[in-house]
Amino acid sequence: MTLLLVVVAGLLCSCGTYLLLGRQLSRVVIGVGLIGHGANLLLLLSGGDGGNPAFAGGDADRFADPLPQAFVLTSIVITFGVIAFLLTLAYRSWLLTSNDEVENDVGDRLAERNSSRTGSERTAGDRNTDDRTADGRVRESVAGSASDDPAGDPASGGRG
Amino acid sequence: MNTLIALPVMLPLLGAGVAVGLVHRRVAQRLISVMILSVVTLSSVVMLIRVDHDGPFSVQVGDWASPIGISLVVDRFAAIMLVVASVMLLAVVVFAIGHPGAESGHGSFHPVYLILAAGIAMAFLTGDLFNLFVAFEVTLMASYVLITLGGRLDQVRNGMTYIVINLIASTVFLISLAFIYAATGTVNLADLHVKIADLPDGVRSGLAVLLMVVFGVKAALFPLFFWLPDSYPTASLPITAVFAGLLTKVGVYAIIRSQTLLFPIDTRPGGLLLLIAGLTMVVGVLGAISRNDMKRILSFHIVSQIGYMMMGLGLFTIAGLAGAVFYIVHHIVVKTSLFLVAGLVEQRAGSSELARISGVARLEPLLAVLFLVPALSLAGIPPFSGFVAKLALVEAGLSSQEYLIVVASLVVSLLTIYSMNKIWSNAFWGRIVTESNGSLAPARSGWVLMTGATATLVAISIAIAVWAGPLYAFSQRTAGDLIETHTYVERVLGP
Amino acid sequence: MIGRSLILDTTVRFVFDAAVVLSVYLLFSGHNQPGGGFVGGLVAASAIALRYIASESDDVRFILGIRPATVLSMGLTLAAATSIAPLLFGLGPLDHQSVEWSVQVLGAVHLSTATVFDTGVYLIVIGLLLRIVEALGDDPDDVTDPVTGGPDEGRS
Repeated sequence: MTLLLVVVAGLLCSCGTYLLLGRQLSRVVIGVGLIGHGANLLLLLSGGDGGNPAFAGGDADRFADPLPQAFVLTSIVITFGVIAFLLTLAYRSWLLTSNDEVENDVGDRLAERNSSRTGSERTAGDRNTDDRTADGRVRESVAGSASDDPAGDPASGGRG
Repeated sequence: MNTLIALPVMLPLLGAGVAVGLVHRRVAQRLISVMILSVVTLSSVVMLIRVDHDGPFSVQVGDWASPIGISLVVDRFAAIMLVVASVMLLAVVVFAIGHPGAESGHGSFHPVYLILAAGIAMAFLTGDLFNLFVAFEVTLMASYVLITLGGRLDQVRNGMTYIVINLIASTVFLISLAFIYAATGTVNLADLHVKIADLPDGVRSGLAVLLMVVFGVKAALFPLFFWLPDSYPTASLPITAVFAGLLTKVGVYAIIRSQTLLFPIDTRPGGLLLLIAGLTMVVGVLGAISRNDMKRILSFHIVSQIGYMMMGLGLFTIAGLAGAVFYIVHHIVVKTSLFLVAGLVEQRAGSSELARISGVARLEPLLAVLFLVPALSLAGIPPFSGFVAKLALVEAGLSSQEYLIVVASLVVSLLTIYSMNKIWSNAFWGRIVTESNGSLAPARSGWVLMTGATATLVAISIAIAVWAGPLYAFSQRTAGDLIETHTYVERVLGP
Repeated sequence: MIGRSLILDTTVRFVFDAAVVLSVYLLFSGHNQPGGGFVGGLVAASAIALRYIASESDDVRFILGIRPATVLSMGLTLAAATSIAPLLFGLGPLDHQSVEWSVQVLGAVHLSTATVFDTGVYLIVIGLLLRIVEALGDDPDDVTDPVTGGPDEGRS
C-alpha cells in the first residue's frame, strides 16, 4: 500500500516537473498543482502506517500520527492560495498579451544585444535603433520597460 | 518576555487585518503601518537587550508541549536580525509613503507589507522547521503580491519567474520536511539537533543537501541565483529595496541556522561551502559589471555579497561566523540604502539607466553624498562599516588558513569598487542629463520623507562603523551561541 | 455569461440555505470533531460562489451585502486579535480557555475561545474565496489588484 503511494507521489512529481518545463503559463499552473499534490502525499506518508483517527477514543497505540495530517492541511491551504494567485497572474498575462507564453527577460535581451557590439559605441541614442529584435511585440516591450518609471503610467496602477 | 516574543509576528497580522478593511483610507493605513512597525522595532530592541543578558528564551504557541507544538525561540542571532529587519522595514515604509506610485493607488500595499513583516519575523523567531516553511510561505505570498503590484507586463513576466522558482523551492522544502519527519519523527529544531545526530551518515548528508538547495534558492547562492537579478528590479522601488535588503537574508539566516543547529557534523570547515561562497561572490560581481542599469547592477551585487556571508559560515569558526553576522547586519542597512538612493535618482532624473542620466551630483548634491557613503561601505573602504565587516571575514579566513577564499574576497572587493565607480562616474558626474526635464520632480513633502528615510539608514550604517567594537563583540557572542548550541536546546526542550 | 439556467437556479436556491447551515455546524463542531473554520468557510464560500454563478448579477456584493475585502478584514482582525488577547493576561500566544456551561434547553455547552479564532479563519476563507471569484469572474478591467496575499497561516 505504502509503496503504491510512494510510486504515485513520484509519478505526480515527475508529471508536474515535465509540465513546469514548458513555456505556457497554463501548463506551469497545472504542473505546480501536480508537484504540490506529490509533495503533500509524501508528507502524509512520512507519518508511517495508517491507523485509527487520533483523539477519537479507542486504543491509543493504534492512532495514526496526527502531526503529518496537520502539516498536509496547512500545506494544502498554502498551495490553494498560491495556485489562486498564479491563476490570476496567468489570466492577467493573457489579458495583456493574448499570449500564454513566457517571453525572454528584457534585461537579458538588452545585455545580449549590448555584448554583441563593441563597447565604445554604446550611447544613449543607441537604444532607439532597434535592429536585432524581429518580433514587433518584443521590441515594444523592450521600449516599454526601458522607459518605465514608477511615477508615471497611471493606466498600469490603480484599483478597479 | 512572553508578550515580547509574540508581538513581532502577531501585531503586523492584526494591523494587516485592520488595514485591509480600510482600503480607501490611505492616511489611516499609513498610520497603522508606521505605528505597528515602530512598536515591533521597539519590542525587538528590548528583546535584544534582554536576550544578550539572559540567554535564549522560548515560548510554546498555544501551550502545546515543546517537541510537538510550535516553539518561538529568540536567541542573540534571531534578536539582532529582528532588530535590523524591523528598523529597515520601518524606514522603507516611510520612504514608500513619500514615493509616488509605490503605495498610493494600491489599497493592498500596506496590508500585504505588514503580512510580509509578520512572515519575516516568524522566520527569525520560529524554533520549528515546519513553522519555518509556513513563515517562508507567508513571506513569499506577500512578496508575490508586492512584486506584481501594478500588473504591468514586465512585472507579470518577471514576477512569474520569481513565483515559479520560489514555488519549486517551497515544494522541495516540503519534500525534505517529509523526509526529515519520516527519519526522525520531529520537526522541532532543538529536538532535531538531538535526533538528527543519530541518523546514518548518508541520510543525514542527503537531508543537509536538500535543505541547502531549498535555502540556497531563497538566498540566491551560486548556481541558484539566476532568478534574482531579473525579478527584483521590476517591482516598484521601495519594494525592491525591501526584497534586496531582507528576503535573501532570510534565506541566509535559515542556512546558518540549519547548518549550525541541525548539521554541525556535516559542516566541515572549508570544503564545499567555501567553494560555493567563492563562486557566488565572483559570478555575482561579474554579472554586476556587465549591466548598465543602477538597479540591475545593485541586484547582482546582492548575489555577490551573499558570498561573503557564506564565506563566514564556510569557515565555521567563531571568528568566521561573527564576521558573517556582522556582515549581514551591515549589508541589510547598506544595501537597502543604496536601493533607496537609486530610487531617489530615478525620481529626480527620470531613469536609473546609466546611459540616460548624468550629473546627478550637480543636480542634487545631497543624493551624491547619500550614495557615496553606502557605496564605499559596500566596497569595503576603510572608515565605513563594510571595511570592518570584510576585515573581520578576511582575518577569520587567514587564521583558518583558507587563503584562496581570502584572495577571492579581496579581488571581488576591487571589482565592487569598479562597478560602484561606474555608477558614480556615469550617473553622478558630468554635465546634467535627465530624462524628465524636471517635470517629474515629486512633491516636496514626499521628497523630504524619502530622503529622510534614506538618510536615516545611511546614518545607521555610519553608526555601525563608529560602534563597530561593541557590535563585533556582540557578533562574537552570537557566533559562540551558534557553535555551542546546548543552551539553545536546553531552553527549548527544558533541562 | 450564457444566461440563466432554470435548473441550476432552482437547485441552488434549495442547496444554498442547507449549505450555509452545514458550514456553521462544521465551524462549531471543529473543536472536538472533524470540521473547523477552514472547512466550514470553504463550504459557505462554495455556496455563495454557486449563487454567484447561478445569478445574473456580476457582483458578489449583491449576495453578501458587503465587500469581500471587508469580510477578509474582519476575519483577519478577529483571528489576530484572539491570538494576541492571551498576552494581555500573561499567557502565551494563542493560548485558549474553555468553559463548560449548562443551558436550560440546549444542555451542556462547551465554549472555547478557540471557536472565536476559528470564526476568524471562517471569515478569512469566505472573504478570500469570494475575492478570487470576484477577480477571476468579473470584468477583465477589475483584476489589477488581486488581494490574495497570504492571510492563511498556522495549523488550523
